[in-house]
Amino acid sequence: MPSSRRTPSPVIRITHWIGALAMLALIGSGWQIYNASPILPFEFPAWATLGGWLGGGIAWHFAAMWVLMAAGIVYLAYGVLSGHFLRDLRPTGPRAVGRDLALALRFRLSHAAGHYNAVQRLLYTGVLTVALLTVASGLSIWKPVQLGWLTWLFGGYDVARRIHFAMMTLIVAFLALHIALALLVPSTLFGMVFGRRASASPKTDVQEGTAR
Amino acid sequence: MNRNRLDRSAIAPELRRVERRLMLKSALSLGGLSMLSGCALDDEPSVERALSAMSRFTDWMQALLFSRQRLAREFDASQITRPFPFNAYYDESEIRTVDPAGWRLEVGGLVSDKRAWSLAQFRALPQKRQITRHICVEGWSAIGDWSGVPLSIFLQKVGADLRAKYVNFRCFDDYSTSIDMATALHPQTILALDYGDHALPPAYGAPMKVRIPTKLGYKNPKYLASIEVTNRFPGGYWEDQGYDWFGGS
Repeated sequence: MPSSRRTPSPVIRITHWIGALAMLALIGSGWQIYNASPILPFEFPAWATLGGWLGGGIAWHFAAMWVLMAAGIVYLAYGVLSGHFLRDLRPTGPRAVGRDLALALRFRLSHAAGHYNAVQRLLYTGVLTVALLTVASGLSIWKPVQLGWLTWLFGGYDVARRIHFAMMTLIVAFLALHIALALLVPSTLFGMVFGRRASASPKTDVQEGTAR
Repeated sequence: MNRNRLDRSAIAPELRRVERRLMLKSALSLGGLSMLSGCALDDEPSVERALSAMSRFTDWMQALLFSRQRLAREFDASQITRPFPFNAYYDESEIRTVDPAGWRLEVGGLVSDKRAWSLAQFRALPQKRQITRHICVEGWSAIGDWSGVPLSIFLQKVGADLRAKYVNFRCFDDYSTSIDMATALHPQTILALDYGDHALPPAYGAPMKVRIPTKLGYKNPKYLASIEVTNRFPGGYWEDQGYDWFGGS
């Protein structure tokens, strides 16, 4: 049963929103940098980019990079030490995902405070993995000499650059889904801002009782 | 103060701040963040200050990451990018050339011997060849084949103060950049005289280019005209416009 503790915890909420802002800045400035030497036959529209020109884009990208890394380190450390990852985000297996996905598609998936359903667990662990790969591939193209081993792990400079771009695309896809779902279930958004859901429906608690 | 004899290097840090601020102003007038916040960030000096501070932090972290022992990867001749691309702040049709016989490298700042150097003198010093990847700040990269005199050997020859902070490069195409002393002394940092088996062609910086595989392309100046060892922050052509100064790779 959901406890009466404020959920999500303040550490998660603060790092989530700092990370979200940093991520948006990284995406916009990253598109600015991409446009300087596109690897695919298209450019991002100027209105969607941040920084105004290449130098500005880089200034934003590196500034936001440190912010994301700081928030990310606090979040990851908290997630491991508090047991949040093991308790709330550990994927629960394909069967649970299938069940929750079916419920979600019928808009019947519950969102009880403090409980993460199988779809959320899968999506969040997925995007966390992708985010780690994005940061690692980004570091490898920023420092291909000093972090040469990392660049080598990613298959060399040019491959690492493409992986960095591909991971960005996955994050943007996640963001679209994540924001759409948060808007569909506003209580989760409320919870992520204020630490407690606007209302906890008893019905959903019963539905999800088995998952814990 | 005599206005005609203004000391450029003395006002450089101030100039750098002003120029960087102008860069950031133009950077902020566009971009999605202003839409997100619903206000014009280009009137936010606090945002400009924050970006400048973060850029200095990035430089500091890069210096921390840098190792004089860690070498850039070297490649086989078969991996060289052909043709190696021309790149400058102007078009290839505007390349400037000098007569190699008349060319002299000016030497200044914290060195004991300030005599200018001819190409023949550089040819007489030990040469080092490297096939390394040139990485542009724009994201593209290309593998090239450079040979020349290690900068560390040259700095020792002219009796440079190796505890000085910066080595400043000025070029006769009006480009300039500067590097930290640690990078100047890195074994792969060379004053390149040759590309492949031939003297540098004009497109690659004849008669002398600084080749630094541990730095991004904009810290690899061509058409070298002078070297200065200094403790005063020298900035550079792109750095003054907002590229991070360390520019390491």
